[in-house]
Amino acid sequence: MIEHTFVTNSLEETADLGRRIGRSLQAGACVALNGPLGAGKTHLVKGIAVGLDVPSDVMVNSPTFVIINEYPGRLNVYHIDAYRLSGSDELSATGFDEMLASGGVILIEWAERVADLLPTNRLDVRIEHTGDHARRFALRAAKDSWPAHVDQPSDSA
Amino acid sequence: MTTILLGIESSCDETAAAVVVDGFEVRSSVVASQIDLHRKYGGVVPEIASRAHIERIDGVIREAMEQADVTRDDIDAIAVTRTPGLIGSLLIGVTAAKTLAWHWGKPIVAVNHVLAHVCSPSIEAGRGIWPAVALVVSGGHTSLYHAADFDDITLLGQTADDAAGEAFDKVATILNLPYPGGPEIDMLGKKGNVKAVAFPRTMLKRDSLDFSFSGIKTAVLYHVHGPGKTSGGLEKLTEADIADIAASFQEAVVDVLVAKTMRALDQTGCDCVALSGGVAANSRLRQAMECACSQRGATFYAARLAYCVDNAAMIAALGYHQFQRGQTATLCFDAAAR
Repeated sequence: MIEHTFVTNSLEETADLGRRIGRSLQAGACVALNGPLGAGKTHLVKGIAVGLDVPSDVMVNSPTFVIINEYPGRLNVYHIDAYRLSGSDELSATGFDEMLASGGVILIEWAERVADLLPTNRLDVRIEHTGDHARRFALRAAKDSWPAHVDQPSDSA
Repeated sequence: MTTILLGIESSCDETAAAVVVDGFEVRSSVVASQIDLHRKYGGVVPEIASRAHIERIDGVIREAMEQADVTRDDIDAIAVTRTPGLIGSLLIGVTAAKTLAWHWGKPIVAVNHVLAHVCSPSIEAGRGIWPAVALVVSGGHTSLYHAADFDDITLLGQTADDAAGEAFDKVATILNLPYPGGPEIDMLGKKGNVKAVAFPRTMLKRDSLDFSFSGIKTAVLYHVHGPGKTSGGLEKLTEADIADIAASFQEAVVDVLVAKTMRALDQTGCDCVALSGGVAANSRLRQAMECACSQRGATFYAARLAYCVDNAAMIAALGYHQFQRGQTATLCFDAAAR
């Protein structure tokens, strides 16, 4: 397991971290995002979408209401929000297994609410508020799920 | 010779059916809400939503037809919400509509839920109010449109992150207010001081008609708990503090919604505003929009309160205009989440 923490001090730095994660993602990847209201989960997803070549005229916004947004990109992107789900059963009912098997990329906010459905080979991202625009991102993944364009800590081998 | 449409709506948490004559005369509009079911979860839970739709849709359709005093022989066409919404919920209404259309041998019209909101102030006006700038503002949408006709509606701008209604719900969660958050904040806003807290008005670029409401959500969070903190502050607030925060938050959101709508009038040259969607029920928004319109001599139409929330009258109303233009669907169309 590789774990590493990044601190960003602006929306732009957060978007850049997202872009680097997005550039690294391959077919079938799952990114599990956790953190309190206003942490910047959707904002990070916007960056990830850029890294996945989602066209700039496709609006990447909060899926809280619709649960799932789908975007075209270099891979098909499923942007899911479990904020209003009461548990994994409800995510299953949306066809989550088919999405996992489809060869697209899954980006899921409030992932801890549906933890038992998530694949084990995933990238976990926990976001914490540290100031008005400062955020701490704790990334955690098995070695072969670590995003290649995001620097690893040198002692993680 | 009149044309009677049966409308069916199940895109989110309301199961609804309505009978509308000639596009404007609402004979009946029945809405079964699931708010009580969802209250304990703090939002719409999709699986609950689709199960409840299945249980209710039959009775809701019967009730709408009884109230309107029509039988299936009187119905000329069936209009149903095809998109956008929760896919499991949409499917229930679409399947019910297709089944009736097939069994009764009636044409079916597939309606876009958000465009039906755009057209809902026209029900009140009793005619098409075009050209107009339409603001649809709800839990899932914050969108500005240029509407030239019932079937000529162009998106001008939309939210880049949270919908305004979602911001209301999430701020209500931060303030530990009951679901749905909108009416609670509206009520508290009348007691509080709108100038107590200077929350940000995110306007984006000078000519942008897009919206952003995630910044104000975070600003409320930090105001309650302290910069960079997400807990521990709520206990220290009095009821008056919370009313001030609610009032100030609401005022900031309303300011942005009104300013962008006025910006859209400038850019399109329209002199008419059509306000609709669940957040259009907010009393402060209606008042501020009306005031801004009257200051510049623009006409202002807001959807009737009953047609702000999701309803089937607006689906049958827009469905009528599509039907008149020959825009019927085959039984092969699918519901779509977006």
